[in-house]
Amino acid sequence: MAENKVQLSKKDRQAVAWRHQFLQGSWNYERMQNGGWCYSMIPAIKALYKDKDDQVAALKRHLEFYNTHPYVSSPVIGVTLALEEGRANGEPVDDATIQGVKIGMMGPLAGVGDPVFWFTVRPILGALGASLALGGSIMGPILFFVVWNAIRLAFMWYTQEFGYKAGASIANDLSGGMLGKLTEGSSILGMFIIGSLVQRWVSISFTPIVSKIPQQPGAYIDWANLPAGAEGIKTALTQYSALGANGLDATKITTLQQNLDQLIPGLAAVCLTLLCCKLLKKNVSPIVIIIALFAVGIIGRVLNFM
Amino acid sequence: MSPITILLVIIVAFFAGMEGVLDEWQFHQPLVACTLIGIVTGHPAEGILLGGSLQMIALGWANIGAAVAPDAALASTASAIIMALALSKGNVDTTTAVSTAIALAIPLSVAGLFLSMIARTLSTGMVHAMDRAAENANFGAIGRWQMAAIAMQGLRIAIPAAALCVIPAEAVTGALNAMPAWLAGGMAVGGGMVAAVGYAMVINMMATKEVWPFFALGFVFAAISQITLIGLGVIGVSLALIYLGLKELASQGGGNGGSGDPLGDILNNY
Repeated sequence: MAENKVQLSKKDRQAVAWRHQFLQGSWNYERMQNGGWCYSMIPAIKALYKDKDDQVAALKRHLEFYNTHPYVSSPVIGVTLALEEGRANGEPVDDATIQGVKIGMMGPLAGVGDPVFWFTVRPILGALGASLALGGSIMGPILFFVVWNAIRLAFMWYTQEFGYKAGASIANDLSGGMLGKLTEGSSILGMFIIGSLVQRWVSISFTPIVSKIPQQPGAYIDWANLPAGAEGIKTALTQYSALGANGLDATKITTLQQNLDQLIPGLAAVCLTLLCCKLLKKNVSPIVIIIALFAVGIIGRVLNFM
Repeated sequence: MSPITILLVIIVAFFAGMEGVLDEWQFHQPLVACTLIGIVTGHPAEGILLGGSLQMIALGWANIGAAVAPDAALASTASAIIMALALSKGNVDTTTAVSTAIALAIPLSVAGLFLSMIARTLSTGMVHAMDRAAENANFGAIGRWQMAAIAMQGLRIAIPAAALCVIPAEAVTGALNAMPAWLAGGMAVGGGMVAAVGYAMVINMMATKEVWPFFALGFVFAAISQITLIGLGVIGVSLALIYLGLKELASQGGGNGGSGDPLGDILNNY
């Protein structure tokens, strides 16, 4: 074997990267992502092992339990490609080494992939796209789809190549500072963005009227005595821009919501979110909470306080 | 709905179902799925609106490890189909159609969750078939089983979608128009609040004592309505970089600064 070294071509690695996108397709409760993992490795196994017994052994070896975040699995598969290449060339890489590297990498990497992709990048891009969409713009969905997939495809290809070139040595660096920092940095960004999303997109409005105060003349638009025609509209608009919304009526109506907004806008939203956190920690199902919130909404509307 | 529309709806639903498990291209996210259903049924504007609203609710729904989250795929496709049916007769107003679709999406996400668990259980059998194929180095069979498993996940959404398409539009519009105002209004109020649950799920995954202040900062900055989401993103990234930079400085200059063994210091800090 020494006289003729087998190597994975770039085409082989691209084939693996393409198949790796289907990693979770046969996700099952027994060995989780094992089927998709084995499916992804097939082009490499075909290229590296010509002997049928070697192929059978390789396939079986890659049908073992495996589960991680589907994108950060790319560096793992890169490292595994390097290991398999070494093994095919007669290096002392046994089954336990390969499975050990896979298991050793998947845990810490899932711990990075989940907060970075599911809880930072997707909420941010999703919220950005959704806020455009709520304004009626098709750019919202397009932006989300294009940017997300550009990030994903670039990340998956380059980290797989990185893993392939670094080989097994990468597994030792995993506990190092870089990944920890990435996780911490994305948690900070994620929490910051979630804080702002709570303020912007959780809407609660308490409608009860707290006070009705008759306003001084001049503090409201005197609709009965406006000049006629377009001149009147102009006068009304000039006064409106000076007086604001309170100038529309002779009595100033203050709702409970306006009082709360003077403390800080969105106070009720943040209280509700923290309550949800508490309930979720007590293992109340999110579905139950959601249904309860709809019930509260209906009761609130019927009793006229929301 | 015309046969061509139904076919297109089924294709979109199939993609959403596949992505519901693959989680790669994101065809199952409401923003994408509702928009596509809206386009193929001829209600693009309402589809985008529904997608945006549902996306805000589903931001925190993610499959972590073996835990399966509420299913965005069925929630967004099925609710968008129902909305399209409601709008097709032209006698239901858009707001009612959208807010009803949002409310319906919640039970649908639970139904989708159960379907997903069934599919993931059936996949176990398919993986055993792969084991047998591996015994003979039968590469093709492993590939076919993988594709079959993905197709099953696609059908998980495509079949319910097809079933919804044959519901007569009159039945949906009739039901919506018969709905009392307090119910429709109440569901709109509830729809404004449910986003909090998704955010709470994300917070619970990430929150440590260290990062709570950043939540407070984000909340307060967002109250300044002139700052756009992109602006907030820039502030957030800057804060994260500043914090990490300062923390590193502090750990270098702190207690074990005089040991003269920087590598040892780093190791000690872990």
